[in-house]
Amino acid sequence: MRVKYVLNEVLVGLWRNVTMTVAMIITMSVSLTMLGASVLMYMQVDRMKDFYYGEIEVSIFLVDNAEAGQVAALEEKLKSNPLVKESKHETKEEALERFKVLYQDSPDFVNAVNADSLPESFRVKLKNPEDYDKFAQDVKGDAAIQRIIDQRELLQKVFNIFNSVQLMSLVVAAVMAFAALLLVGNTIQVAAYSKRREVAVMKLVGASNWFIQAPFVLEAVVAGLVGAILGFGALFIGKIVLLDNKLQALTAILTPVPNGNVVLMLPLLAGVGAVVSAGTAWITLRFYLKV
Amino acid sequence: MIQLENVTKTYPKASRPSLDNVSVGIEKGEFVFFIGPSGSGKSTIIKLLLKEVQATRGKVVVNAKDVTSLRSWKIPQFRRSIGCVFQDFRLLPNRTAYENVAFALEVIGKTKAVARRVVPEVLELVGLGGKEHRYPHELSGGEQQRVAVARAFVNRPLILLADEPTGNLDPDTSVEIMRLLDRINRTGTTVVMVTHDSNIVNQMRRRVIEIESGRIVRDQARGVYG
Repeated sequence: MRVKYVLNEVLVGLWRNVTMTVAMIITMSVSLTMLGASVLMYMQVDRMKDFYYGEIEVSIFLVDNAEAGQVAALEEKLKSNPLVKESKHETKEEALERFKVLYQDSPDFVNAVNADSLPESFRVKLKNPEDYDKFAQDVKGDAAIQRIIDQRELLQKVFNIFNSVQLMSLVVAAVMAFAALLLVGNTIQVAAYSKRREVAVMKLVGASNWFIQAPFVLEAVVAGLVGAILGFGALFIGKIVLLDNKLQALTAILTPVPNGNVVLMLPLLAGVGAVVSAGTAWITLRFYLKV
Repeated sequence: MIQLENVTKTYPKASRPSLDNVSVGIEKGEFVFFIGPSGSGKSTIIKLLLKEVQATRGKVVVNAKDVTSLRSWKIPQFRRSIGCVFQDFRLLPNRTAYENVAFALEVIGKTKAVARRVVPEVLELVGLGGKEHRYPHELSGGEQQRVAVARAFVNRPLILLADEPTGNLDPDTSVEIMRLLDRINRTGTTVVMVTHDSNIVNQMRRRVIEIESGRIVRDQARGVYG
């Protein structure tokens, strides 16, 4: 009977103030969509790092007149460096082979190049690509080295773009969340006002605090959950329409977003939506009802 | 049953205390009038007994419980042992007489079955048999106050507090309400009534405690309004 009473009060409450309820749900869902997008992007950057960091190498190009002894010494130094996972020596001939494969579409260009014009190099994979600076510090200054190129720098630029987009959607999520909080607070105040007689009688006859507060808090929680479900729907549709279809070419490069990650957003958004609205409602009631 | 020990209550921003070092004891089963002019502090006593306000100094004991140190989450349970009636009835306008009384039971966790058994009984007791399904606006002032008394009494509280219960009623209806309170008192319920209705007090000849400017100036068994 009490459960039925509380549920009934919740439905009546949401309906009594339906425009406010809709506004509350919309702001909540936009805010949660942004939050979800931001978290997905964060997970995506991690995935991309995992994927590309396995591939990237540091190229150490050697000076043209490097002596065999110098090269052997450098190779030994690289092999013994604890940061290095593997290093491969690429001779001028091997460089030419690779060059041929890389530019097989323009044979004239390939013919014009001979092995001597390509630099000898070491291709080094680091155990952790983030350790590049330390590694560079270790090998820099060797007389045989002409130039060190870290592929990570290129990736870093892509990640920077990702990170700033992610930050932007977090900011939007926070602003919308603030608006949603104000709306929740306002809705609860209106609800409490329209039920002030009931609340006064309940306090008088000794209804427990949770029983007085539950309908109001649940009202906010229901709105938060509906907002979360809508937000999740928006994320999922956005993922399918934009990433899987319209921007497929882009996602192919940037590694695809797994559906599992998107589904993971449902409990996250629902949890955040429910907890945030319940908390706001509860705090509002503490000020407004003084139960 | 009720014990006030050196109780002082000063509201924030008030220049003088509403109650000033008041001590009084009320035994189980007593019927007590608090009288005095408006603003004398007599309603503050009701609020203190319900812990709607906190005493500034002193100790308030109700039902052997020290109200002054009662934790706030225990207040609801505490209030279930006290019934309350007010000048403005405080009924829910969109509920019938039956539903108003049943509401008080349901929100403290009693089942509908209990309500079906107890509510008609108590409505009969207050003389509203046959009017269970009327809404407050379909009832006279006296009948509305009877519903309020029924609601206050349905839990069989040990104490019934009445804050000017006849303030909105004509003299004849007031007498009927007083008879009702008297009957409830005879079941063993302690009744504390705040009033400035001299006729009522003079007719009842019960204990009278007069308050003026926050101090007790008279405490008389079988007293009159004076």
